[in-house]
Amino acid sequence: MSLFARTPIAPLEYGRTLWMRLWVGAVMIFLYAPLIVLMIFSFNDSKRNVVWRGFTTKYYEKALGNDQLVEALLNSLTIAALATIVSLALGAVAAVMLWRFRFPLKAAVDGTISLPIIVPEICLGVAFLMFFAAVDWPTDLIWPFNLGAITIAHITFCFPFVAMVVRSRLASFNREQEEAAKDLGASEWQVFHDVLIPHIRPALVAGALLSFTLSLDDFVITYFTSGPDTITFPVKVYSMVRFSVTPEVNAASTLLIILTVILTFVALKLQGVKAIAETH
Amino acid sequence: MTDPAKPIIQIRNVSKRFGKVTAVDNVSLDILAGEFFVLLGPSGCGKTTLLRMIAGFELPTEGKILIDGQDMAGIPPNKRPVNMVFQSYAVFPHMSVADNVAYGLKIAGVKGGEVRDRVAEALELVKLGGFETRMPDQMSGGQRQRVALARSLVMRPKVLLLDEPLSALDAKLRAQMQFELSELQEKVGITFVTVTHDQDEALSMACRIAVINKGEVAQLATPSDLYEYPANRFVADFVGSVNIFEGKLTLDEPDKAAVDCPGLGKVYLNHGVTGPHGADVWVALRPEKIYLHVPGAGKAVTAAAQDAPDGHNFARGKIKGMSYLGDITLFEIELETGARIRVSRPNLSRHDQEDFTWDDKVSMHWRADSPVVLLG
Repeated sequence: MSLFARTPIAPLEYGRTLWMRLWVGAVMIFLYAPLIVLMIFSFNDSKRNVVWRGFTTKYYEKALGNDQLVEALLNSLTIAALATIVSLALGAVAAVMLWRFRFPLKAAVDGTISLPIIVPEICLGVAFLMFFAAVDWPTDLIWPFNLGAITIAHITFCFPFVAMVVRSRLASFNREQEEAAKDLGASEWQVFHDVLIPHIRPALVAGALLSFTLSLDDFVITYFTSGPDTITFPVKVYSMVRFSVTPEVNAASTLLIILTVILTFVALKLQGVKAIAETH
Repeated sequence: MTDPAKPIIQIRNVSKRFGKVTAVDNVSLDILAGEFFVLLGPSGCGKTTLLRMIAGFELPTEGKILIDGQDMAGIPPNKRPVNMVFQSYAVFPHMSVADNVAYGLKIAGVKGGEVRDRVAEALELVKLGGFETRMPDQMSGGQRQRVALARSLVMRPKVLLLDEPLSALDAKLRAQMQFELSELQEKVGITFVTVTHDQDEALSMACRIAVINKGEVAQLATPSDLYEYPANRFVADFVGSVNIFEGKLTLDEPDKAAVDCPGLGKVYLNHGVTGPHGADVWVALRPEKIYLHVPGAGKAVTAAAQDAPDGHNFARGKIKGMSYLGDITLFEIELETGARIRVSRPNLSRHDQEDFTWDDKVSMHWRADSPVVLLG
């Protein structure tokens, strides 16, 4: 009975049709079933973790008690925070530069900024490895400076995303506001700070979230640029899987998923749906 | 005016080229202090470019602009003694009304107490008193325009520039704002320079109008001079509607002239024209200056008006089109010569629209001081 609509479905109300709902349901299951299974099996009372044997939370205790894992998490969060701050600054400035000015080789610069998104991660990873080796990057710095190489690599592939998001937000900016501010006596910096930044704020929040998540979850590039003292969370989870696939790995992964989901939720709340729907 | 007002803006031989396109072509004009000056012209004629050069957002390719005697070359827009109201109003969406209006004052370093007073004063002036805490997205287009006006006026500029201020408003609001802007200008006493393509707006608000065509000044005059004494065909046609006929100048004396138009007939004027005898000229006749003879009103009116010799300033035709507009009726008449003429007739009584109908044969005449002879 609940499959049939109470009120007749209007011609364009595709969201209420049966076939649409079935299709969306199927896609959701396809996307999230592995994650759900992962999270369920983190409570599995079995070392091999192939068949369900019983409910337990001891693997969560194990995960949280694992010093190396906690250290890796701390590293990941630090790198993500640093990478996000720098990527925001770089990306926002790059976006404004491309939006505002005409200069020789502009198309080339535009393409170069987009390169880290297009180049396969493994190529980037190998390139970074070779680069840091070639310049004799110091490997014996104290924390947090020893995370420098990874952070630089993360900034490289994060800031183009910020630039992209900010640029699309800039497209909706009314340039007469800039001129109005100048007309009232504002200097270039005052125009940027008083008029432009408030307009791109939703894009900055979205860019920061994107950047943080990309950095936190990154595996391939980090694998090539991290060392035994500078392990990040995804890399640590990978090495745990190499040794044994106990539910401890599931527990650690579930923690990462929950962290990411909370961050997304907070950022969306901060932005507010109104900001996304703003047309001017 | 007993003493000549001094020019506050002097534009000297200003040209602006964008690559191969010449937007403004060697324009020179003076804008007097305290006047309401309008730049009028069709889209793309260069009037907005000229306004933006006064504001400093474009730099002239040639020539110079002086404001209050000071050459503006090298002076950026944030340092000029002018303020601009933009076509889209450009009200800052993330600031309240009070913050918007106070923005320029805060940049200039005005103290808090004085800022509040001047903001309140400016808002009262544009009839937005009490709107201090509103946000722009909670206001209508007309209200946002007033915020933009207040924001510029609070700076007490020497000149206020307005870019198509009424184009985004509906008809009724537009009529109201025309009146209010004129009132405001008189009250505040500063020079207003407005750009518009709407000639009704220009005629009703301006002290003087510069009609711009393809980057050049076609004519600079008061509204009535522009309408009744157009200098060329472009101005005659752009400002109001007009009937233009080609003809040959047959008589030209200091106190009278005559033109022979194949389309209109013989035209007699009660003043001289100063053109070479036999020259090709154009005669411009406004639709409201033509008297249509009501059928059956008597034979007396078939003769021309007393101020012209027989056969002059007279035409016959057939009504081919009629538009009743309430206060006037517009007629499109096909003359015996084959040419078409437009006549506008006021409906002085409540039955006037019944006087004529389609395919009626009519005769008409006009006074000898009505036609305008144009040489270009």
